[in-house]
Amino acid sequence: MSAASQDTAVSTGRVTRTFLYLVLILFALFYLLPLYVMGVNSVKPLSEITGGNMMALPQIWTLAPWRSAWSTAQIGVEPTGLKPYFLNSILMVVPAVAISTVVGALNGYILTKWRFRGDTWVFGLMLFSCFIPFQIVLIPMAVVLGKLGLAGTVSGLILVHVVYGIGFTTLYFRNYYAAFPTELIRAAQIDGAGFFRIFWRILLPVSGPIAVVSVIWQFTNIWNDFLFGVSFGGTSQPMTVALNNLVQSSTGVKEYNVHFAGAILAALPTLFVYIVAGRYFVRGLMAGSVKG
Amino acid sequence: MGFLEIRNVTKAYGNVEVLHHVDITVEESEFLVLVGPSGCGKSTLLNMIAGLESITGGEIAIKGRVVNKVHSSKRNIAMVFQSYALYPNMTVGQNMTFGLEMHGVPKPERDRALADVAKLLQIDHLVDRKPGQLSGGQRQRVAMGRALVRNPDVFLFDEPLSNLDAKLRVDMRTEIKKLHQKLRTTIVYVTHDQIEAMTLSTRIAVMNKGYVQQLGTPKEIYDTPANIFVATFMGSPAMNILPARVAMADGRPQARITDAEGTERLLPFSQSNLAEWEGREILLGIRPEAITDPEGADRKSTNIVALANEVGVTEPAGSDTYVTMTLSGKDVIARMRADASVAPGEVFNFAVNMEKAVAFDPKTEERIKP
Ligand SMILES: Nc1ncnc2c1ncn2[C@@H]1O[C@H](COP(=O)(O)OP(=O)(O)OP(=O)(O)O)[C@@H](O)[C@H]1O
Ligand SMILES: [Mg+2]
Repeated sequence: MSAASQDTAVSTGRVTRTFLYLVLILFALFYLLPLYVMGVNSVKPLSEITGGNMMALPQIWTLAPWRSAWSTAQIGVEPTGLKPYFLNSILMVVPAVAISTVVGALNGYILTKWRFRGDTWVFGLMLFSCFIPFQIVLIPMAVVLGKLGLAGTVSGLILVHVVYGIGFTTLYFRNYYAAFPTELIRAAQIDGAGFFRIFWRILLPVSGPIAVVSVIWQFTNIWNDFLFGVSFGGTSQPMTVALNNLVQSSTGVKEYNVHFAGAILAALPTLFVYIVAGRYFVRGLMAGSVKG
Repeated sequence: MGFLEIRNVTKAYGNVEVLHHVDITVEESEFLVLVGPSGCGKSTLLNMIAGLESITGGEIAIKGRVVNKVHSSKRNIAMVFQSYALYPNMTVGQNMTFGLEMHGVPKPERDRALADVAKLLQIDHLVDRKPGQLSGGQRQRVAMGRALVRNPDVFLFDEPLSNLDAKLRVDMRTEIKKLHQKLRTTIVYVTHDQIEAMTLSTRIAVMNKGYVQQLGTPKEIYDTPANIFVATFMGSPAMNILPARVAMADGRPQARITDAEGTERLLPFSQSNLAEWEGREILLGIRPEAITDPEGADRKSTNIVALANEVGVTEPAGSDTYVTMTLSGKDVIARMRADASVAPGEVFNFAVNMEKAVAFDPKTEERIKP
């Protein structure tokens, strides 16, 4: 991939290249502008925002809005800040991502290497689940969670997200493993490895790229989810719902600087995941489509 | 009783039967080659021996034990795959000892086995590399090494050389043969390359459309093919097959054919029972090397017949010169010595070794046995 882009870069002239960079820089600025606005406004006193220019750098630098957003801001009726909700989100997102990724990997393994009668149907139905809008499952899900006694708990949210995510993770792993030579599985069988041993020793070690895709995808979706959180969160609502409550509160003065800080806090984990795992992401998405 | 017995084995996928009543017995330290065109069921049969495909009918026994219901890892077989199937995340050493590890062999013993086999195959300097860092030929060796360390009862090879380039393929062929002669292991080897089959095997099973067409030594298969399929499949260039009528002359059966100009010619058979076919059509089979220039004719043969015919095309191939001509309206290939002086268009005096000629029943395409 990098070799190909170098080729094109070499053959393009100087002028075109300058032009290209200008356009790219322009786009980059355009996309970075909101981040800039959020950043600078989260470190000024409120008076500077209400009284003047949103684009200007702060005259007085302060971290008070961040502290307030994190631990003292009014969320709904309690002045708890976003902290407890952030923890809720972490407690929800980590198991949900882990479970859905592992289940997806197992599904993909079975659907490609331990095929059975009707397996394409099973996969088709799982694929179908990717296209079901959130709204449709709200009421049935509420009933199920109620019956299981998980309504309004973090475990309930984990279950919802796992169920909803399995379709996607299965799709990723199935397509990735489909390109994995079946002869290797047969060789391992002759060597005496069983179902889980083959998965653990042969398949998982080469699943890195697609696991990263699955983790990023699931993490972003689950972390950013609002609808399931607000519907089933009960007393253990995730970060997104809390952020909404913070920003939408109709009483008192609108503390924009606190809102900005809160929004950045809410976006930080996904940003972190992208930066850490991002370069594998593209590689994983490309895997399977290109041989080698 | 054989070492490996395939008794009346069939295989069906749904309603489609792809292997029909296969019966093969392999003795200990035999090298059996399954050969046939693509889709004839070679791999399927091999996979059934390996336990990777279920057996629809009949039974397979290894060392007297019926293995139909035995898991592949318990059959004490090892397999070398066409793609080598090396585990990409493991080193060469780990690849080769994975099977031993799965069978609970302790580490020191595994290491000893690895060292022995790696030395035997001259890959001891590669054991710490990953398969991705090996050349095709090296991967091939590692795949064989992985099979060897297990010390199995039966080795199964599925077209192990087909991914190598021509030169390397010939080298590895020799090497496999050497290995077999040294270790005296029992091998079942699948290929669609008839030269590989001839050179490696102690016996060949020629397969077509799910049937075993003929089972025999390379010489039997080559000299006395059971039918036209075997005759034309084995040998390169293929055996010439031309229509002929049996006539009696000089007290022996003769094949009446026509040369390039349409003149009738008689070629006397060595096979006397063809007299029963007097006046009837047969298909005459003559291998290219049985039609030569007079100097190149087999001196030991008792039945060399001179045949003057017009030369069509000449194809010098270095070691030999192939000549195409017309007999009984068919293109016939003859194999001359490289420096035989033949020119296209001229009438040349060929020598036909009729001792090697075979005759087929045109209806059943079976060979008419002496
Ligand atoms: N899973 C399957 N379902 C249905 N038919 C199959 C299946 N696997 C193989 N076949 C059929 O069985 C026949 C034999 O296949 P096999 O793979 O044994 O051929 P082969 O002799 O090894 O050919 P090649 O030289 O191309 O490898 C083929 O006609 C193939 O279409
Ligand atoms: Mg095959």
